[in-house]
Amino acid sequence: MPAILSLKDVSKSFGALTVTDSVTFDVPEGQALGIIGPNGAGKSTLFNLITGNLSADKGRIEYDGRDVTKVPPMQRCLSGIGRSFQIPQPFDRLTVFETLLVSATHGRGAPEREVEDDCAAILERTELIGVANRPSGTLTLLQRKRLELARAMATRPKLLLLDEIAGGLTEGECIALVETIRAIHAEGVTIIWIEHVLHALTSVVERLLVLDFGKIIGIGDPDEIMASREVREIYLGIEI
Amino acid sequence: MARSSYKVTTRTGASQIAALVAAVLLVAAIALPTFASRSLIQDMFFILTMLTLAQFWNLLAGYGGLVSVGQQAFVGFGAYMLFGGAILWGVDPVAGLLLAGVAALVLAVPTAFFAFRLHGAYFAIGTWVVAEVVRLSVAQWKAVGGGTGTSLPRDARDLMWGVQWIESAFEVRSSEARDILTYWLALALTVATIGGVYWFLRTKRGLALAALRDNVEAARSVGVDSERMKWIVFLVAAFGTGIAGALIFLQNGRISPDSAFSVIDWTAFVIFIVVIGGIGTIEGPIVGVLVFFALQTLLADYGSWYLMILGALGIAVMLFSPGGLWGIISDRTGLRLFPIQRRLERRDGLQQKEVEEERP
Repeated sequence: MPAILSLKDVSKSFGALTVTDSVTFDVPEGQALGIIGPNGAGKSTLFNLITGNLSADKGRIEYDGRDVTKVPPMQRCLSGIGRSFQIPQPFDRLTVFETLLVSATHGRGAPEREVEDDCAAILERTELIGVANRPSGTLTLLQRKRLELARAMATRPKLLLLDEIAGGLTEGECIALVETIRAIHAEGVTIIWIEHVLHALTSVVERLLVLDFGKIIGIGDPDEIMASREVREIYLGIEI
Repeated sequence: MARSSYKVTTRTGASQIAALVAAVLLVAAIALPTFASRSLIQDMFFILTMLTLAQFWNLLAGYGGLVSVGQQAFVGFGAYMLFGGAILWGVDPVAGLLLAGVAALVLAVPTAFFAFRLHGAYFAIGTWVVAEVVRLSVAQWKAVGGGTGTSLPRDARDLMWGVQWIESAFEVRSSEARDILTYWLALALTVATIGGVYWFLRTKRGLALAALRDNVEAARSVGVDSERMKWIVFLVAAFGTGIAGALIFLQNGRISPDSAFSVIDWTAFVIFIVVIGGIGTIEGPIVGVLVFFALQTLLADYGSWYLMILGALGIAVMLFSPGGLWGIISDRTGLRLFPIQRRLERRDGLQQKEVEEERP
């Protein structure tokens, strides 16, 4: 499979603090890649570099065979990079359905009429159909997390970036969400997923990347990665 | 299956009644000069023009997140263009209104270019600085009276398009005919403004603007072109504000840099109206302007106390009810006069049941 995303020697610093340190990796099309690492390892920064919300100081980011290092976020979204935010960022006064409409019309560049049915279908899959007409600001945490996923899906992404989407959910809620993500992945959507809830992550991803102090300290088969001594040291005290 | 089992609607019961009431009110408003006193016409003119300014400021700040305190730049510049046009080139003042709008639009391009580099409070201050620069520049314009200002030439006033027809039709003096004409123009401008904003918010771009209002970063992440939206909103607001400003001074008949570029009259009061009524809604400024007019009438004899009470009230609303008076009303009743919300409904009518099954 050709790589849909490829980072080459990408670095980013905030002042003296290097948060992304010469990061290089490829994601083959259709793969689900998990990213783990302690708090402050630079995981969300890595996402922001991929979506264009932050610009890299050094290095090159290629998406779908094109150099997108300097491409603004909006264009990257239009070309198929969708994301969810770690802390849900709902459009408080828009309803759940309207949120998806914005996302689908602008993320795909399509008129409203053409995407209405598809938005309804996404709401059904993400189990938000019952709250379709409720303002997004009134949703529960689980519903907000689902809405993050649904909103990203509405742009019809080829590459979906999920930032701690299972964080803060109960066990049961988590299982249901994982099922939805697994189904999305099964359709061929490439996924990069940052997650602290390891069992949720490893039940979906085929490959795992470990980040610490902005550096990749391991990438490969999830079982092998989790078995390595370095990773165990970093995660010492965290139940696997 | 999802396909075709849902339909999308924006209509609500209240909105259909509101549309009917609005139609009746509009007819009454058009017919108002046939039975109302001149002072009522003038009060209505004031309400309508302030409402127009408030709608545009609401579009800027409430939807676009562009908290400008320099809208007096466009009020003043537009008004001066109308006077300049009439004095220098003999442009009919009614046509001059359009000239004023275009002039304000042209002024908005460099203003935006400069101000969009600034954010938040700096943007606000930047727009104010621009307005002061324009005021000081216009005060150098000798042909329109420099720093002391000027009056609209008698010819332009009395021979203005439509005035003579009104004089003979209503059997009134020309000054009164001018009030009636400017009132009708203000009514047309207000209806066009509210209609235009309503139409815009129902489009795909309007939805994007509402998303930007709620969360800029998230809106960008789903492909909303925030820069372009800011430009559209700023230019449209400048155009409308310029026309409204020109109309205000056309009715006044006299202009000076201090009155035309007054930050209190054309920005502070306008912000008050929007904040009191409810920012980020079409209904808010309508409620706000009525409250503002009532307060102004009640407190007219109390001098500076009037401004202090206005300020205190504004702060109280911001602290205790950020959604304004309309926010309180619509939260309690679910009432929406301008339905812009797209509702997803099942064709078989099961939607309600599903909503109730969901945990709150």
